[in-house]
Amino acid sequence: MAVQLAETAPPTAKASPSSSVMAHAFKDAVITGLIALGLFAPLIGFETVIIDGALGLDYRPGTLAVMVGIIFVGRLLLNLTVWSPNRKPSVRSGPTIFDRAGTTIGPAMKPLLLAFAVGFPFIAAFAMGGMNESRYLIDLGILILTYVMLGWGLNIVVGLAGLLDLGYVAFYAVGAYTYALLATSAPINDFFAGFLGETFWANWAFWICLPMAGVFAGLWGMMLGFPVLRLRGDYLAIVTLAFGEIIRLVLINWVDFTGGGAGIASIPRATFFGVPFTAGENGFAALFGLQFNPMHRIIFLYFVILALALITAFATVRLRRLPVGRAWEALREDEIACRSLGINTTNVKLSAFATGAMFGGFAGCFFAVRAGFVSPESFTFDISAMILAIVVLGGMGSQIGVAVAAAVMIGGMEMLRNLGFLNQIFGGDFDPSLYRMLIFGFAMVAIMVWKPRGLVSTRDPTIFLKERKAVSGDHVKEGHG
Amino acid sequence: MDVFIQQLINGLTLGSIYGLIAIGYTMVFGIIGMVNFAHGDVFMVSSFIALICFLLVTTVLGITSIFLALAIVLVVAMFFTSLTNWAIERVAYRPLRGSFRLAPMISAIGMSIFLANFVQVSQGPRNKPVPPMVTDVIVLMDNNGYQVTLAWKQVIIMAVTAVLLMGFWYLVQKTSLGRAQRAVEQDRKMAALLGINVDHTISLTFVIGAALAAVAGVMYLMYYGVAHFADGFVPGVKAFTAAVLGGIGSLPGAVLGGLLIGLIEVFWSAYFSIEYKDVAAFSILAITLIFMPQGLLGRPEVEKV
Repeated sequence: MAVQLAETAPPTAKASPSSSVMAHAFKDAVITGLIALGLFAPLIGFETVIIDGALGLDYRPGTLAVMVGIIFVGRLLLNLTVWSPNRKPSVRSGPTIFDRAGTTIGPAMKPLLLAFAVGFPFIAAFAMGGMNESRYLIDLGILILTYVMLGWGLNIVVGLAGLLDLGYVAFYAVGAYTYALLATSAPINDFFAGFLGETFWANWAFWICLPMAGVFAGLWGMMLGFPVLRLRGDYLAIVTLAFGEIIRLVLINWVDFTGGGAGIASIPRATFFGVPFTAGENGFAALFGLQFNPMHRIIFLYFVILALALITAFATVRLRRLPVGRAWEALREDEIACRSLGINTTNVKLSAFATGAMFGGFAGCFFAVRAGFVSPESFTFDISAMILAIVVLGGMGSQIGVAVAAAVMIGGMEMLRNLGFLNQIFGGDFDPSLYRMLIFGFAMVAIMVWKPRGLVSTRDPTIFLKERKAVSGDHVKEGHG
Repeated sequence: MDVFIQQLINGLTLGSIYGLIAIGYTMVFGIIGMVNFAHGDVFMVSSFIALICFLLVTTVLGITSIFLALAIVLVVAMFFTSLTNWAIERVAYRPLRGSFRLAPMISAIGMSIFLANFVQVSQGPRNKPVPPMVTDVIVLMDNNGYQVTLAWKQVIIMAVTAVLLMGFWYLVQKTSLGRAQRAVEQDRKMAALLGINVDHTISLTFVIGAALAAVAGVMYLMYYGVAHFADGFVPGVKAFTAAVLGGIGSLPGAVLGGLLIGLIEVFWSAYFSIEYKDVAAFSILAITLIFMPQGLLGRPEVEKV
């Protein structure tokens, strides 16, 4: 209502004296403040507290007043500045500043980012003054790269083929549990122990299970995809969401097989192609004549996930040149035209679904080896939502956009953990990490409203005549499947 | 037989709650073609508003009549929840109307995360138990110690649901607001040309959906006696399943679907396994969509070139 008032203001208001602008802005801000009061009064004005086992109420008029005040003042300032009728709207034509920045520094950007990603552990160690001190940064790098990889994997399904998948976390879980179950399985260990040595399976499990995790996840993608790919649009999204939840619920409830909610612990760690990262004689450090340091394993894990992510990106780029990749994109643009041209849409959709799922499985396998512990808690709908948000915020189909979005979102979430200085402003019992998901949800809404097409809104054309030109994201369809 | 009747009563009660939430999904999907992911969390917010209002009414105002208290709670929760959903539509969905299809969906997912965490931060992460409000039961059958009971709270839930649905049906079928709403549902541009305020109508759809979700929230609080910030997601998905099962866009379908989902869930828990009751609900969602995408009472989707 408040916005409508501002929009329907008569055109003569543009030339009106500042006093009426002021009055109008003030009235609008008062209305907004009243609405905010109504919104916040029940949940911020009162707090339900449990006193001696019974529920009681605590009153927080101060917090409520502050919140409403912020909304009121913010709205008033916006009305007087950005939304003021006297302000000349800046007419912007052509690409926005982001797009121009994208096109000018774009070509140099990729090698630079790649070089940064490769050199990151050394930069981190140098900046923090030692390997052990850089642990936090490198862990963060691993986390971001995991999400970059998941984003790129989902990008195949959502960005290229235009199939909306809200249950991507299911394949991540399949990959993680494949590794966790196979690596901790006693019969397999005994089987190999017989003729390849006692430690063979513990040392090689990751490298043998990594492709298997991808294959299993891909198979699951096909199994789940086969019945549902006849569906279109939001229905597909909901069914994939349901499948994601079913897999999680089965993981929780099938206690004999998956360990239930307690999960699977003590999964074998990653090895340097069979050489464990231990302090012993056969360890990685002894083999290369280095001083033993647990950070070697972390840095190695960083490079493993970097390689996996780059394989995903490279495979996507190459697949787009193949007939199947072109069929994916054609499917996203117009499914009916595809069918009339003789493309088997079911097979094309299934291949996209299975390819995306396979990369999710790789990432899941990596997750299991990094954490050494898996439980259904790690595979909730929130993760699916976060990966999808990364893909959409990055501008669907844009690889560099997905990478930037992953870095911003995951890095930003981690930053929110470290806002300890806010304690000094808001008092000791203020815990900024509680607000992470709150801010995350708000940021999702805000970015969508601000840039519905994502942060990077230009696309590389797959096919071009003579010269490669950037295509605006607005010309790319999002598919119906 | 006794167990069957008892479960039938329980299932219809649960189904009424799902049906009330499902109407919000189906109306919003019908009018703007969007799955309102945040609707389950709006339901959760409403049960918190109801909880706070109930505490205020009973402890501060000192009203002892439980039915008067419930009536006040119902009205207050409906008002504040409607306001919340109105504001959500205003802030998160309206700027994205006409944008590409995924944008409102991501925005709704963001809003869902925001609402759940807003409640977690402002009300705390713990379960909030309320003392039982209505405890009387009617014993229908007594068979060698196994009593088939109909609790008063179940009667209240079913009665309130039935009355509200009749009022709601009247609103949609007989009033000018309902006509405007159905017109916008069929053809938004044409409705606008004929002088219907489309924005206003869509806002009202969200308000009505939220009001019914608030009724469900109050009933849920009264029935289970507990409120928790994460309680929005699963009932939300189940209510969406109900809407899909009944045929999305169809209002009687939403209620029918809600009742069916409630019955299936309760019978599944009673006769098979309680652990997999959510799996059963989600599987029904998948199976319905695969074999009968138009649902029980919906119209088949016609593909236009």
